[in-house]
Amino acid sequence: MVNIGKSVVIKGELSGSEDLTIEGHVEGRIDLKDNVLTIGPNDKIKAEVFAKSVVVLGEVTGNVTASEKVDIRDNGSVDGDIASPRVAIAEGAHFRGSVDMQRAGAKAQQKPANQQQGQPQQAQQGQKVGA
Amino acid sequence: MAETTRSLTDLFGMLGPRRVSDTGATAVTSVTSVAEAAYPTKALQKFLASLQANDNPLLLDLGPVVGSNVTFFGEQLGCRLRVEDVAKDIDRHVKEGITEQLPEFFARRFPQEPGTVDGILCWDVLDYLDRPAAQALATALTGLLRPDGALLGFFSTADQQEAVYTKFVVVDEANLKYRTYPAARARQRSLLNGDIIKLFKDLRVTDSFLMKSKVREMLFRKPAPRT
Repeated sequence: MVNIGKSVVIKGELSGSEDLTIEGHVEGRIDLKDNVLTIGPNDKIKAEVFAKSVVVLGEVTGNVTASEKVDIRDNGSVDGDIASPRVAIAEGAHFRGSVDMQRAGAKAQQKPANQQQGQPQQAQQGQKVGA
Repeated sequence: MAETTRSLTDLFGMLGPRRVSDTGATAVTSVTSVAEAAYPTKALQKFLASLQANDNPLLLDLGPVVGSNVTFFGEQLGCRLRVEDVAKDIDRHVKEGITEQLPEFFARRFPQEPGTVDGILCWDVLDYLDRPAAQALATALTGLLRPDGALLGFFSTADQQEAVYTKFVVVDEANLKYRTYPAARARQRSLLNGDIIKLFKDLRVTDSFLMKSKVREMLFRKPAPRT
């Protein structure tokens, strides 16, 4: 398990092959297709997220795609579209966007959420990704 | 005392569900959850059945985000779900004193393309609107539905002046929990059956249930165009 600390700022693409917990700040794209991503309670990220499972305790602006599960915990926040076969949103969590929970196997899961829905993406407007 | 109550509750629970009061709430077996009784629903299962044949249907929920509902509808239907919190829109217009702008607002409120939505969970939001705004919202929703799409609406038959909205939390396809939270305005009126049918004049009423919880549940379908 890798941890990105509070003082770390990453702009660009973040990918890996082990579980990751982010406490710092990430802008861009996070790609952990076979692993679990945890967004810490003090974390604010602006990114397209791809992972096996995503646990949100902090704030995410951007689309979240998970092949297994997205779990927005109490006080967690997602402003963007979610695509995952399982989604849990706790009481007290904030969510704005759409959810695509197409049954597993019906469609490739690793497409960005906005492509699956064919709708304009409010959450991405104005988002700049530093390289 | 609590143990006595629980024992009695358990005893009655063995006899099967019963009404807690005239409101039509179904008794729950544990003492701690009496405050949040489950209310039967008949239209929800028909709404679900109408969408189950569709592959990855698009569902529009006009209520606030209820996490357990997102999970429920996603797992039941494998759907795309978009929550558009219309109650929040109403509150904003009331607080800013611009409720007369609601009809125009609803006419361009929804980003979805016309004829693309498979199902709409309207809940009871129309009860909080005056006639022009309710008509504008109903017309907008009718336009969003694809042919054969379904709309589930709840309409209160009770005279309630308290300024609260209701979150309808799905327990299962036959039961809902009603959770109230503060609203900027009270229900505007109780819509009669004829009023509701006029609002959705381009839809067909497929089912209508007057529940003991003083809620009229109505399921509408958009007729497919004649070939």
